Amino acid sequence: MEVKVIKNILEANEVIASQNRKLFAEKGIYVLNLMGSPGAGKTTLLERTLEHLKDKRRAGVIEGDVATSRDAERIAAHAIPTVQINTGGACHLDGNMVRGGIEGLDLDQLDLLLVENVGNLVCPAGFQIGEDDKAMVISVTEGDDKPEKYPLMFQVSSVLLLNKIDLLPYLDFDMEGFQRDALKVNPKLKIMAISCKSGEGLDKWYQWIEERASQRGI
Amino acid sequence: MHESVIAQSLLEIVEEEAGRHGGAKVTRVKVLIGKLSGVVPEALRFAFEAITTDGIAEGASLEIEEIPLRIRCNRCGKTRVIDGPFIICPDCESADVEMVTGRELELRTMELEDGS
Repeated sequence: MEVKVIKNILEANEVIASQNRKLFAEKGIYVLNLMGSPGAGKTTLLERTLEHLKDKRRAGVIEGDVATSRDAERIAAHAIPTVQINTGGACHLDGNMVRGGIEGLDLDQLDLLLVENVGNLVCPAGFQIGEDDKAMVISVTEGDDKPEKYPLMFQVSSVLLLNKIDLLPYLDFDMEGFQRDALKVNPKLKIMAISCKSGEGLDKWYQWIEERASQRGI
Repeated sequence: MHESVIAQSLLEIVEEEAGRHGGAKVTRVKVLIGKLSGVVPEALRFAFEAITTDGIAEGASLEIEEIPLRIRCNRCGKTRVIDGPFIICPDCESADVEMVTGRELELRTMELEDGS
C-alpha cells in the first residue's frame, strides 16, 4: 500500500521554531541569529554591538558552541544576561535547543536577543530557531570565493557583515568580485563592510538593528 | 551538511505515519531533495541506511528524487532550469528572479506492507 505523506522533513524543528517566534513576538523581543565560520569574528561583533546598545536597549545573548563556555564568559563580562548552549557535537543550533536556552533568561526584561550560532558556514543555515533575521559574519581572510562555495548561508541571510576589512591591505581579497557574487546568490542581501577592530562600518550595522527592531514595534 | 539529523527527522515522521496506518512494515520511502537544500543525497542515503537496521523501517529502501533549481525571471518572464548557485536569469542576466523549485526537503510517499 502506498501512502501519500507530503511533509517537510524538518517540520518538527520548524514547529518548535515558530512557537519560539510567537513567544518572542508576545514578549516584544527582536531576535537575531548570528552565523558564520569559526574565527569570523562573531563574538567580537557581539561584544561591540552590546557595548553600543548598552543604555539604549535591554539585550540578552544565547551562545551556541560545541563545547566550552568561553564565549558566554566573554559576553557575561559585559553584564549582559547570557546563556551558554553546548551542543555536544552538533554542528548547529535548532529550535529545541533555543527553547531550552531561553528558560535561563527573563524574557520580560529583554528587547533584543542575540543568538550566536555554532561556528560553521553550512549547517546553521538549514535550521530555523525562531529568529526575526539571520545575519552572517564572514571575514576577508576567509577568501572572496565563499558565496559560490557556500551559497545556502548567503541565501538565507538578510544581512552580511564582511569583517576584518582593516586587513585588506595585506590580502588579495577581491572586494568587488565578492560583493557581486554574494548578490548573484542572494540579490536581496544587505552587505556591510566592517572592522570590529577599528570600528569602521559598525554605525551602519547598529542603525540596521535599530530599524529592524523598530519595524516590529520594538 | 547534517544529513544524520535529517535522516533521524525523516525516520521519526515515517514511524509516526506508519503507526497511523496500522503499524505495518515500511518497505520504501520516497523523498524530494532540492538542489539548493544543502543536503547531499548520497550522505542522506548512507545515514538513513545506518539508522534503519531494525525497527518498523528495517531495510526500507530510500528513493531520492533530486529536484533541479528552477527560476522564473521577473524581467523576461521565462522559467528556466539553471545549475546555480548563482540565481541569475540565463537569458537576460537579471537577478530579479523567483526560485520556483530547488529548496525541497520533503517526504512524499511511503510504501507499507499489508498489515493483514
